[in-house]
Amino acid sequence: MRWTADQVLALAPDDASRRAGSKLGTAGPWSGTGSGDGAVWGLCRGSGSTPYRTVVDLTGPGYRCSCPSRKFPCKHALGLLLLWSGGEPAAGSSEVPGWAGQWLEQRRGRAAASNARGTAGGPDAPADPEAARRRAGRRAARITAGTEELERRLADVLRGGLAAAERSGYGPWEETAARMVDAQAPGLAQRVRELGSIPGSGPGWPVRLLEECALTHLLDRAWLSVDRLPDPLAATVRTRIGLPAPADGTPVRDHWLVLAQYDSSEGRLTTRRIWLHGRTSGRTALLLSFGAAGRAPELALPVGVVIDAAVTPRPGAGAPRADLDTRFSAPAPLDAPPPGGSVGEALSVYGSALRDDPWLESWPVTLAEVVPIPTDHGWQLADAVGGESLPLSGPALARPGLWRLAALSGGRPVTVFGECGHRGFTPLAAWSADAPGETVPLH
Amino acid sequence: MDAWEELVTAALLGTDRRPPAPPAGEDGPGGGGGTRAAAGSGAVVDAPAALLDAAALHTVRRRAGLLPGPAAASPEPAPADGRRPLPGPARRRLGLLLAGRSAPAPSGGRRGVTPDLAELLPQWLAVANEHGYKAPASALPALLDAARARTDLRPQALAFAGPRGLWLAGLNPEWKFALRAGRAGVTLPDAGDGEAVRGLWEEGLFAERIALLAAVRAADPAAGLALLRSTWTTERAEDRLMFLDSLRDGLSGADEEFLEEALGDRGRNVRSTAAELLSALPASALAGRMAGRAASCVSLDRTEGAAAIVVEAPHECDAGMLRDGVAPAPPAGRGQRSWWLGQLVEAAPLSCWPARFGGRAPEEILSLPVADDWRGELHAAWCRAAVRQRDVPWSRALLGPPAAPPATGPGTSSLAERAKLLSILPDGERADWVAGFVAAHGLSEAFQLLGVCAVPWAEPLGAAVIDALDIARDAGSYPWSFSGVMGLAERCLSPEAGGQLESLAAQPAAPEEASPGAGGYWSEAFRRLLSTLRLRASMHAELAGRPSGEPVG
Repeated sequence: MRWTADQVLALAPDDASRRAGSKLGTAGPWSGTGSGDGAVWGLCRGSGSTPYRTVVDLTGPGYRCSCPSRKFPCKHALGLLLLWSGGEPAAGSSEVPGWAGQWLEQRRGRAAASNARGTAGGPDAPADPEAARRRAGRRAARITAGTEELERRLADVLRGGLAAAERSGYGPWEETAARMVDAQAPGLAQRVRELGSIPGSGPGWPVRLLEECALTHLLDRAWLSVDRLPDPLAATVRTRIGLPAPADGTPVRDHWLVLAQYDSSEGRLTTRRIWLHGRTSGRTALLLSFGAAGRAPELALPVGVVIDAAVTPRPGAGAPRADLDTRFSAPAPLDAPPPGGSVGEALSVYGSALRDDPWLESWPVTLAEVVPIPTDHGWQLADAVGGESLPLSGPALARPGLWRLAALSGGRPVTVFGECGHRGFTPLAAWSADAPGETVPLH
Repeated sequence: MDAWEELVTAALLGTDRRPPAPPAGEDGPGGGGGTRAAAGSGAVVDAPAALLDAAALHTVRRRAGLLPGPAAASPEPAPADGRRPLPGPARRRLGLLLAGRSAPAPSGGRRGVTPDLAELLPQWLAVANEHGYKAPASALPALLDAARARTDLRPQALAFAGPRGLWLAGLNPEWKFALRAGRAGVTLPDAGDGEAVRGLWEEGLFAERIALLAAVRAADPAAGLALLRSTWTTERAEDRLMFLDSLRDGLSGADEEFLEEALGDRGRNVRSTAAELLSALPASALAGRMAGRAASCVSLDRTEGAAAIVVEAPHECDAGMLRDGVAPAPPAGRGQRSWWLGQLVEAAPLSCWPARFGGRAPEEILSLPVADDWRGELHAAWCRAAVRQRDVPWSRALLGPPAAPPATGPGTSSLAERAKLLSILPDGERADWVAGFVAAHGLSEAFQLLGVCAVPWAEPLGAAVIDALDIARDAGSYPWSFSGVMGLAERCLSPEAGGQLESLAAQPAAPEEASPGAGGYWSEAFRRLLSTLRLRASMHAELAGRPSGEPVG
């Protein structure tokens, strides 16, 4: 199946690449294009005398281009995919040329090898378990010192009052965040940075600041007695603190529907979130990947397709995080959205998830038969029957996806996937009854 | 004050000043003073921790217990759109065109070899509308944004967006323009349903009323006019002007009486528009009055042997002329009398002149000498009259032969006037005329004239433009001297012209030294033109539901 232009453009690392790629998405500069065997290739005329050689492995997707760009995928790969999304070149239109075939073979060989290794669980195990244990012990001690310091800081803030903390500004928080980085607790550092930004976040900030201070305090306390917590909760606490949790669950092979993909950036780090829904297992999984220093994260899946793949859940009872393992075939088109429920069910699912992870901001849910409705205070999603509603979250209201959602609905019920939490619902993808196979991205 | 508010207050002020209430649940009404005392000196160290414990408990409890709110009133669903959905490839193409829309055109002359997608969007929309497709719902926001940014796109984009686009625009103030302009999307009552028509006419939005008037007029001109008359005196001046302007479509003698009355309107613009419309009706009384006035100013003089035209411009702008829409005050730099003359001749029906000049045809009248330097003034007024009255023989005569040097043509040397005259001629004749002009004078002045030709350009016109570009290249010009025409050619050349271009694009950049780099730039420009034509061919094929990527040229 061919991807849509939207799906292709979603892979672009930034706006400039998106624009540059769009301009290359026409036959003009291309020659020797072909597609087949899950790949697309072509030669793109650039400013030099030799054209660039561009290949895309659609099963990854993975990209290879002889151009000097450090963007990933580069504009040539995007242009080639756009050309292909526009119907050119025809599938199986020519033999895979040698230069493309070689790379594809290598790439697929590597993938197979790493999968084999992954299932054997061999070389990933640390060489010296004793040394590893000692390292882990040292890190735990530093984190403990960090949490104690953070507790003292929170106590000081509460003693002097949030109003006084607002006047002292962001500086002290920044300092504390740096201490948390030193303490090797990136989860806490992130939390502290967010605490620092709350006083500037508009009306109602004292309530939000108290809530977040309280949950940070809860996390500190949980860490200090993590040994006495039940295993799943302990795993959640470690993940929240920022300790890496290896994916060690049992891989789940399923037909995974790619519901949404979106990036957010925190400083120099770009975080990409990809939501999957397993057709048979009914599970929802979150794939996270990261890109440092302005590079786009490597993992990219076209939204709205189904991939036959195995996914390994990560521990931490709360978050449905997982790693993508083996992909068994190229993406296939989708025929129907994931099954969904009412807004009341969505809120109670989020509520139950808080039992396992009280720090959860939101939980992935699909709402079926809901109508987006504009109100004086923003938009809401309401059950088509039943008269109950959920407000859309602040960030969702500011995004162009809101209008795509409204357009898709036209005042009639739609199916919407998104993140449901205490700030409201953030829609990420929607489907209309007219075209149930077409996933409309909303981020 | 409930337990949570108590906690927030304590947190804001600080536990040093405001020791917290005991954990929620143990809190009793009226226990305030006592509990504070109990939290006294010994407990002060732990007060912040106790407060945070209580707040954490409260926060998680509140989040876990969230309940749905009541649903607000649903918006009225968007009206159904009975048009066909786009074929898949055309749908993908639309996505690309809308995504490429935001790409800024590179500054400077060099644009590389890739087509400019933003320039192709208007054409794509026009063809999609001809095929009767409906816009994909999820593309509506991008479509409305595109129409907001570019007024030239609006009519086609709004027609394509259809009723759902209009419905959506009603929810977002940024798309208000669509409600003003969105005639296409209004659902109108049946023109015969008197009560519904009446209701919408009295309560509808302005755009709806304009659309309603057009619809009723199309079905029954008299009923349309009666509708307009029924509220005419209560309409605001700017609305009266717009209503009057909308009568232009389907204007006929039946409108004359109403327009005559409007000559006495309070609004100056309303009066002049009424006069303009009346003068476009050659049989109207106003046209007759203007013919009388114009004829008394322009006459044939035989005294010198050869016939010549003598002009005696009006000496005053009398009350009758004022009432018939003649503007009394000339713009700066123009004489009063020639200003009045121009307006009289412009508003007089062209049919009155052959009789005035001894049965001569337009060409013969135009070739008559004109005394005392009145020729330019007189011919320019005839040009405006020909355009207003859409008179083909006069337009043809005023244009003269395309190869004639621009300064010596019979009618006007102004390219803007010529472009207007050309737009009166039938498509084929128009293309032939411009082809002749390009062949004789090259491209440097042809831009405006090319702009009024039907798209895609007919074969002789396309060939003439490509030849002229080739000649410009041989002459050593740079392609960006012709970027305007190039851009037009990308949009307007027929894909069949690809064959002729192929060899030009392939031509090696041989005389590199002649004009530094020009050869390469030209080859690049031709390649871009070619790839744009191919893309347009694919666009058309996709919209027609044929497989794309067909060979071109």
